[in-house]
Amino acid sequence: MTVELLWWDGCPSHPEALADLERILREEHVDAQVERIEVRDDEQARREHFPGSPTIRIDGADIVPPGEGEPYSLTCRVYRLRDGRISPTPDPEDVREAVRRAR
Amino acid sequence: MIGIGDTAPEFDLSDTDGEPAPFETPAVVIFTCNHCPYALAWHDRLMQVARDYKDVHFYAINPNDAERYPRDSFEAMKERVRRDEGWPMPYLHDVSQEVARAYGAKTTPDVFVLDSNEVLRYRGAPDPDHDDPGMNAIWLREALDAVLAGEEVARPETDPVGCSIKWKP
Repeated sequence: MTVELLWWDGCPSHPEALADLERILREEHVDAQVERIEVRDDEQARREHFPGSPTIRIDGADIVPPGEGEPYSLTCRVYRLRDGRISPTPDPEDVREAVRRAR
Repeated sequence: MIGIGDTAPEFDLSDTDGEPAPFETPAVVIFTCNHCPYALAWHDRLMQVARDYKDVHFYAINPNDAERYPRDSFEAMKERVRRDEGWPMPYLHDVSQEVARAYGAKTTPDVFVLDSNEVLRYRGAPDPDHDDPGMNAIWLREALDAVLAGEEVARPETDPVGCSIKWKP
């Protein structure tokens, strides 16, 4: 399983996203290193198909696929938690489901 | 850039109806935007503070570069206020980014509390946790209570937390 965390330093959310991701990988007994990819400019954002920070991909697939037409740019992603609240990081249960699907 | 105890710069910006918003104090000046998850997560709490403190003037200011971030365009601001059926504070467009620079705003949100003499008395985050609506903008409310009572603000400065302001190149 390949696990990537793409991030941009204009958003303070990636440490929390990384901590959630690593905790869930441990809990799910998945022995995978998280590859951290810093996105530094708009050109790289387009090249990496980066819809915002943080973005988590497992085996190349975004765990929360962005909406159609979502631009690739240096921005902070808006996630919805399962209780409807807006959050800068994905719901941990969405991360867990994605890990289980990829196993 | 201003610090605690400094006189805050006045500004002359228009709201989403194109109407000028007169600068009056005591005031809360909130740099915010449409696209940032931190600003969105704190939004309802900040709106409620504005409803609860009717003797205070509230201003929401969007300073982001709308060329690179179209979700922060003036049209998008208007649409958001319309969709919400109005806000309890004017939503102002800082096209030149001069107001954000004058205040030294760093993030969205970034909150500034001014007393009736236009002096900065609090600057920072609304409360300790964007993720917990129960925090109820407690730092902002504590600052306002102190200012309105003519007392010192116990915690005059906290670190603003949110998305970096999108400056023009």
